[in-house]
Amino acid sequence: MTVKFTELAYTNVDEFVYGFAKKPVKCANGMVIGGGTVYPEINMTLPMMSITEETMPKVLAQYEEMIHGVCSMGVELKVPGMIVEIELLPPCTFNPQWGIDVTKVVKGVMKEYETKFGLKSLLRMTPVDVREGKALKHMYKGAEWDQVMDTMKGCAANGADFLAIESVGGKHLHDESVMNIDLPKAVFSLGIVGCRDMIILWDEIVKISAANNVIASGDTACGFANTSMVMGHKNFIPKVFAAIDRVMCAVRTMVAVECGAVGPDKDCGYEGVYLKAITGTPISMEGRVAACAHSSAVGNVSLALADCWSNESVENVRLLGNMAPTVSMEQLIYDCRQMNVATAKGLALQMRDILVESDNKYDPTAYIMTPSVVLKIAGEIIKGKTHFERTKIAAGATITELRAAVLSGFLELGPKEMKYLDIFEKQLKSIPADEAQFTADMIKANPKHDLRMYDIS
Amino acid sequence: MFDFSGLSNAVIAGDEDVVLDLAQQAINAKVDPLSIINDGLIAGMNVVGARFKVNDMYVPEVLMSAAAMKAGVALVKPLLISGEVTTKGTVVIGTVTGDLHDIGKSLVGMMMECSGYAVIDLGVDVSGDDFVAAIKANKAEIVALSCMLTTTMLQMKTTIEVLAAQGVRKDVKVIIGGAPITQEFSDNIGSDGYATDAAGAVDLITKLLN
Ligand code: B12
Repeated sequence: MTVKFTELAYTNVDEFVYGFAKKPVKCANGMVIGGGTVYPEINMTLPMMSITEETMPKVLAQYEEMIHGVCSMGVELKVPGMIVEIELLPPCTFNPQWGIDVTKVVKGVMKEYETKFGLKSLLRMTPVDVREGKALKHMYKGAEWDQVMDTMKGCAANGADFLAIESVGGKHLHDESVMNIDLPKAVFSLGIVGCRDMIILWDEIVKISAANNVIASGDTACGFANTSMVMGHKNFIPKVFAAIDRVMCAVRTMVAVECGAVGPDKDCGYEGVYLKAITGTPISMEGRVAACAHSSAVGNVSLALADCWSNESVENVRLLGNMAPTVSMEQLIYDCRQMNVATAKGLALQMRDILVESDNKYDPTAYIMTPSVVLKIAGEIIKGKTHFERTKIAAGATITELRAAVLSGFLELGPKEMKYLDIFEKQLKSIPADEAQFTADMIKANPKHDLRMYDIS
Repeated sequence: MFDFSGLSNAVIAGDEDVVLDLAQQAINAKVDPLSIINDGLIAGMNVVGARFKVNDMYVPEVLMSAAAMKAGVALVKPLLISGEVTTKGTVVIGTVTGDLHDIGKSLVGMMMECSGYAVIDLGVDVSGDDFVAAIKANKAEIVALSCMLTTTMLQMKTTIEVLAAQGVRKDVKVIIGGAPITQEFSDNIGSDGYATDAAGAVDLITKLLN
């Protein structure tokens, strides 16, 4: 597939701000994502328990309790609208019917609050991309593919407003690239294997969405750049690798939009800021309120361009204040209120910059989420004619920007991190220009991974 | 005595070629093979482990050191008198059934290897039966279970039950870990210990084996 989006959706950084997207998503209930209001997006998961046929009634009761809690908080705090995301757990995709049952229960309660209290809400269902593990034979046929698609269809037909996925095509190669900080392998995983996988996967999700009159929302680099970000944050790998990886991931995640997804892009995809810059799609983001799920160095900057504000995921356990999902909901609503009031007072840009500057000096991923930097690097990415080229450009432009930022004092990086910038630049230069050649080299160098599973040989 | 500093430093630098070269020199100089391993190769790896613990080395650097050390050990090992032990013990590690989170488990395995344990990494989505088979095949003293999902935690309990049912529970110490795990959970399911991170996991097995 040829790349789409050869121009930026934003050229003026003063238009590039939270709450507003060039291509807002208008929903049937009147909510407009990216139309000026930042909405909370709550995501919640099960506490310690197994998911089996026998425990399914208990599983559903958990979801019911959680959704009641968050909806009543929504009513209590007079939220103008909210999004609920359920990232299904693996058994609820391996058994599509269980995922469908979860959807029905959650949507049922959401409808109840709409009827009784006028609470506007939208449901994002995220089946698990179960196309991995020992039993997997092929990415596009067989049990796993069918389970993902059947769950998508079932969720769409039974109450989902948005479909999303955290896709994993190419992840096995990427995991190794992170553990060995091997940039060429990351480029191969993302720019070639991952992007090709996205086309096949998202063409199908877009079709399912259209057939069921639901919105194909988006994907995320969760399995990719979030893994390297977590590793960088723990000082297990250089943080600059995570930043470079993040921007490269934008090219892969954007394939969903090239195939027809319209947003809001998924919360844990911090590369969403690049999607917004290039495609104009609204994005969901997570940051400080997602500390319940994982730590990060981008707690504030991630809110600067967000159209929905999420907590990533929290398990249903009791805290002093309330059940954890309800606590998260409250935090999200207060954050969104503050953002929306700033907009109403004409202070959105100041608010955006306060958020950005509170984080962007201290960490390279935070830095590359700075709106002006995003537009600059995104402007380079779109010059690439193929996904492979764009991925390489993303890496190169990020290295250039990070180095310049350190030299001009905008970013603090230790000498070891700087040394690795040089190493990654060298690694990048070692990649041949010819995609077929590079693919052949990589297949040869990685005999352990059978890419025929992807119909790549 | 042979000067091992060059060999240790090559391990720390992760330079496999230099390690092989210096190990061969030591062999040629008739240095006791066990001493080459313990005072040269493993001594270097101990420094690596200590530096990793205080964030002074990255994982990929540690992996390079480990690979260099292993290459050195492989060169020297055939010269050992049979029965001479070069490891502190054998650990079988894996992520339990239904869970595909890999990284934390791999790091724990890596740190154990750095500290002189033989580590058999079974990967992810590992069943109780697979653990039992690996324990028997490798005469393991430690079984390390990892899980990252709240919905796979109870698989740890199941795994321990399988070990008991198949008669190997008494031969091994079981330790567990992963983001949702707590000491209380560990106590409740009858595991022998829990640690929050990779360095803690090494301290834990050292304590359990002594
Ligand atoms: C990276 C990641 C992934 C990657 C994994 C990549 C890989 N190759 O492993 C991918 C994207 C594939 C993934 C997938 C999923 N994930 Co995930 N993932 C994470 C994340 C962000 C970080 C995990 C990580 O690698 N951390 C870095 C390592 C170094 O830390 P660690 O694993 O904690 O390990 C340390 C300690 O725990 C300890 N330790 C670990 N094991 C052991 C063992 C022993 C014996 C000992 C002593 C110690 C020990 O030592 C380690 C080193 O210090 C966590 C968030 C979190 N809070 O951890 C979510 C998280 C675990 N994932 C989550 C979810 C929901 C999923 C998915 C279901 C998502 C989906 N809907 O598709 C799938 C499930 C796949 C499956 N079947 O398992 C949830 C779990 C929620 C729940 N109900 O439990 C979490 C908590 C995020 C969240 N809050 O939403 N995930």
